[in-house]
Amino acid sequence: MIKGLFWIFLFYFLGELISLFIGGFMPGSIIGMILLFLSLLFKLLNPAQVKNTATTISKNMAVFFVPATVGLMTYFSLLKNNFWAIIVSIFVSTLLVMAVVAWIQQRFEFKNEIDTNDNQAIEQ
Amino acid sequence: MKIINTEIFMLLLTIGSFLLGTIIFKKTKISFFQPLVIALCIIIPFLLLTGIDFESYFEHTQPLNFMLGPSVVALGYVLYEQVSHLKGNILSMLAAIFTGCVVGIGSVVLLAKLFGADQVIVASLAPKSVTMPIALSLSDFYGGKPSLTAAFVAICGIFGSWLGPFFLRIIGIKSRIARGLAMGSASHALGTARAMEIGAVEGALGGLAIGIMGLLTALLMPFFKELF
Repeated sequence: MIKGLFWIFLFYFLGELISLFIGGFMPGSIIGMILLFLSLLFKLLNPAQVKNTATTISKNMAVFFVPATVGLMTYFSLLKNNFWAIIVSIFVSTLLVMAVVAWIQQRFEFKNEIDTNDNQAIEQ
Repeated sequence: MKIINTEIFMLLLTIGSFLLGTIIFKKTKISFFQPLVIALCIIIPFLLLTGIDFESYFEHTQPLNFMLGPSVVALGYVLYEQVSHLKGNILSMLAAIFTGCVVGIGSVVLLAKLFGADQVIVASLAPKSVTMPIALSLSDFYGGKPSLTAAFVAICGIFGSWLGPFFLRIIGIKSRIARGLAMGSASHALGTARAMEIGAVEGALGGLAIGIMGLLTALLMPFFKELF
């Protein structure tokens, strides 16, 4: 647990450091996430070192969102004034993302299926 | 009064409300009753009634809020685990999610501007399809307000997980991989939880989509920020 926390904090710090050097192009935590992912992928870090801590954190992280979300209480009038703009753009955009991702993925799969069928036909 | 406006009381209130939220959510299984939503419905009225302002609440709950950063970093491990267990064509999935990501940020920003939304609202809406910790960091970083983004991410997740399976059926999606990816890309963890109810394949790919969507959105945000 502590070992995992050490690694996660270390990658977080490295991320913040790099973010500082590249002039704040991207948040440090996200650079830290990418670094951790790459280190695991290229076997620079043994996954067992972070497994327990990372899984525990990501399973329970919803509680960490509460303080920031309570800040909504300071934006009631802003939300009221922009209510329909927010609701309509979220609804439409969410459905668009869903449709685009599903269509592209499905097209690829069916294309592959046809290709493999063709190949099998040629082999026969 | 003094004992209420303290770190230990506010942390207790926050964790307690959230815990109550998880119990209510498990009992009712209504997707609107997310633990986070229930926690808000307890904490916000409490602060308004006691007259404690948000700034001092936020200061007292810093230990929890600090963990947002490590939560983002921990997702690096989650993404690694999903990628290493992945079977199938990763390139087609990346292409699908990449396009979804561009369409997602682009459409929500343009629509909100079209409806005349305030600039801070537009910037807070941009990362709405992404998993909460990444969305909050991105919002804070690119001129949005994490509090607003949290609400938008939650609305996006609740809406997508509620309507998603029906919507995917009427637009003729038969591929299980496509359904899982779409639910995870559009509606993050809530979409994935719903996808898991449909099937294991859908659930696993929803999980993968959350990570890739978060990563791609983080990489693409700098190019979109001019639009806000």
